[in-house]
Amino acid sequence: MHRTRRRMASRWTARLAALALAAAAHGAPAAEAVDTAADPLLEQRVNAVSAELRCLVCQNQSLADSHAGLAIDLKNQVREQLQAGRSEQQVLAYMTERYGDFVRYRPPLKATTVLLWAGPLGLLLAGALGLWRALARQQRAADAEGPAALDDAASQRAAQLLGDKPG
Amino acid sequence: MNGALRRFLPLVAFAVLAAMLGVGLTLKPREVPSPFIGKPAPPFRLPRLDDAAQSLTAADLKGRVWVLNIWASWCAPCREEHPLLVALAREQQVPLYGLNYKDDPRNAQEWLLRLGNPYVATVVDADGRAAIDYGVYGVPESFVIDQAGIVRFKHIGPLTQDVWQRDLLPLIRRLQG
Repeated sequence: MHRTRRRMASRWTARLAALALAAAAHGAPAAEAVDTAADPLLEQRVNAVSAELRCLVCQNQSLADSHAGLAIDLKNQVREQLQAGRSEQQVLAYMTERYGDFVRYRPPLKATTVLLWAGPLGLLLAGALGLWRALARQQRAADAEGPAALDDAASQRAAQLLGDKPG
Repeated sequence: MNGALRRFLPLVAFAVLAAMLGVGLTLKPREVPSPFIGKPAPPFRLPRLDDAAQSLTAADLKGRVWVLNIWASWCAPCREEHPLLVALAREQQVPLYGLNYKDDPRNAQEWLLRLGNPYVATVVDADGRAAIDYGVYGVPESFVIDQAGIVRFKHIGPLTQDVWQRDLLPLIRRLQG
């Protein structure tokens, strides 16, 4: 009696779990990855363009790396458009039109992105300038002091070390 | 450069760096500025949720200020903002239109039945193509679109009373003139 009840209970748990699984699978919006073996050359181009594009859902991943639903949809867009004969530049323009320059890992050079492009070079130049000035200052200080004169004891010791006879 | 200044230079540099990082902490990298602000709302022609035989286009809504709210029944933050939308619809301050994003229409209909329907109409974007045209990347999102069909504002994430009072309502009042 007890055993049957337990068996029934476990059967019900299994059924519930199956239901829950089915519901979860159903609830997830379908975003199927496409068979990549069909056209390796196209796939290469798709991946090259996707690697240039930021996944907006998971911002530190590129579209190529991301498995977010939107990233897969966008990658399918890239594939469709390349397949339809559009160029890489046109696909990038399509994405920028909708998601802004932020979607590109290499945004175009314009007024709002000048700091982004020139900033690192500017910092490097500033650092080099600082280093150059510091070195020049040290050099000047050393020149002003002149070569250090050796006293007698020191020159004797130096001569000994060099193996000369004290002269 | 005198000695005192040089001694404080590292401290000054630190303060500048700390200030910049501090400002950086308050920025929200998740809220990507929309390139559509000030530009015409992208056109769409999509079937209505309540009657798939009928369709609605963005052009149909010209001549009035309206809010496009992108939502889905599978989206938890949408549920968070839903009571506010229902309250706003009751006050009739601005017509709300829904764009049901990559959802099962049955689930969407049930959601509206159960939680209330704040939308004048909801259109179905089954494959998410129209949402991509609007640059949507996180549901929910809300766009304010003016009489001429120009996008004036975009909010990413659930609408709250604060956001509504601070950002959307004043703008909508102004646009409605």
